Amino acid sequence: MNAPLKLELGRRYRFSASHRLHTAHLTEEENYRVFGKCNNPYGHGHNYVVEVSVSGKVDPATGMIANLADLDAFVQHHVLEDFDHKSLNEDVPAFRDKVPTTENVCIEIFQRLKKFPLATLERVRVEETGKNSFEYAGENPEGNRP
Amino acid sequence: MVLITRKIEFSASHLYHNPSFSAEENRRIFGKCNNPHGHGHNYTLEVSVAGEPDPVTGMVLDLKELKEILEREVMQRMDHRHLNYEVPELSRQIPTCENIARVIWQLLDPKITHGKLHRVRLYESPDLFADCYRNGAVAAGKS
Repeated sequence: MNAPLKLELGRRYRFSASHRLHTAHLTEEENYRVFGKCNNPYGHGHNYVVEVSVSGKVDPATGMIANLADLDAFVQHHVLEDFDHKSLNEDVPAFRDKVPTTENVCIEIFQRLKKFPLATLERVRVEETGKNSFEYAGENPEGNRP
Repeated sequence: MVLITRKIEFSASHLYHNPSFSAEENRRIFGKCNNPHGHGHNYTLEVSVAGEPDPVTGMVLDLKELKEILEREVMQRMDHRHLNYEVPELSRQIPTCENIARVIWQLLDPKITHGKLHRVRLYESPDLFADCYRNGAVAAGKS
């Protein structure tokens, strides 16, 4: 039987990176029309915030779903080391052929973090700036909670 | 379905220590949270209630009523308290964000008489929080 309550642990991380929104599938003119100033050939940057939510059984001995030190180390190793102070287009192989919109950044981070072995990844929410954010919960229909 | 959310802040101290672990294990697992004299946080609590607005009042739940419930059940119990020693609901468990959120859910759920408690989110700091839901509850706006 399922427990009556579901607990999730949420943690926020930060990285700063540059990107350029541009696709080889469109002409120069179309790229500029679609992506506007985000298509500037030299790129631009953001201070991103990544909010990671994991769920699992709360261990009665520790009171924890997962030890924060383990989650922090996993995110550091699998995401922040590859993304922080990098060019997403040039330095992250996933974005060689995929536009590094924050939608795609969100999905890429989710794919990397779903391998976290000590809890279940529920959702990744990425703030590109303080004014916009993006969420991805994989195929989980319950994932996009308020 | 409409979701209404009320936010409150309280300040409290706590420490993480499991008497069935050795001193060394406690330090290894809980790190600086194991400091025997405790430490404190400014907690932020967001409580969301889901329901249909009453056709007469237009409200899911009168926010004044929710404010009073939060004052009585959470503020009076936890604000400016030591969670390990002064909150009986937490005395037999480690007062992590997860456990405090669950205790707050259990305190609030029976008191919400209009609408249904949907989510308790407790921030221990701006970068660390726990969410408590009813298991199997669908996301807001999807039912």
